[in-house]
Amino acid sequence: MDDAAEQTRQLLEAMNAHGGHAGALGFELVELGVEGVVLKTPYRAELVGDPDTGVLAGGVVTALLDHVSGQAVFAACSTPGSIATLDLRIDYMRGAEPGRDLFAHAVCYKVTRSVAFVRATAYEASPDDPVATAQSAFMLDANAGRKIGANLKPAR
Amino acid sequence: MSSPDLAALLERIPYARFLGLRAELAGDEMTAVLPFGQHLIGNPMLPAIHGGVLGAFMELTALAQLSIAQGQARQPKPIDVTVEYLRSARPVTTFARAEVRKLGRRIANVHVEAWQDARASPVAFLRGHFLVTPREG
Repeated sequence: MDDAAEQTRQLLEAMNAHGGHAGALGFELVELGVEGVVLKTPYRAELVGDPDTGVLAGGVVTALLDHVSGQAVFAACSTPGSIATLDLRIDYMRGAEPGRDLFAHAVCYKVTRSVAFVRATAYEASPDDPVATAQSAFMLDANAGRKIGANLKPAR
Repeated sequence: MSSPDLAALLERIPYARFLGLRAELAGDEMTAVLPFGQHLIGNPMLPAIHGGVLGAFMELTALAQLSIAQGQARQPKPIDVTVEYLRSARPVTTFARAEVRKLGRRIANVHVEAWQDARASPVAFLRGHFLVTPREG
């Protein structure tokens, strides 16, 4: 693996390991390459959405697909700067199987000057039998040269 | 649905507890409340709330509003959702309200709006279809 790819790997792993939501959900980087990014989230009882069935919450699938899609943008651009999700569309084909780890694969298939487009799939065993699929668009360099966090100032 | 019923409904959903979701009820109008916590952060450099958390929060708000609109024999299942992000969500409490735009025998269409300091400056929208199973009678 060359230096740039190794740097991306370290960046993605650091994003997953910090104390935020990715860390709280236990996201792990499984694969990183030209084919995109694969993440895993281990099954845990506290992430269940319907206690009658033990199926993972749709929201967990949403968070996983959002996260893996963002990581695919980082994998596809050498210097995306700070990125922001513009929109995310998710289709849920079926409930995730109770007790099984959930994987998600994302490919950033087009990058323009300001926007990156991503497709993603969540599955347990194979992307051919998806739990959910996602289509999203990300804004690149969301800070647009301003200081990080400048867009977070309270509205006046 | 009464406030204790709504609290019990959310309490039964493990992921809602994991996020720290609460809800307030005024008549049939519900406001979902997501107090900020470190476990909700997406970008630690800003810090901002994870986009996936906002999506999950609004999805749970839609599910709860569907249960208020009509008793559900089983928990509604999401079919598709579209999340639109308008601005970064800061590390403060987030609120959401859902509106059931159409409640059919099998499918419901729900729109959700999430905001922080001012409702007029929403941070995100969600539109979704849910598979419903209305309680008989």
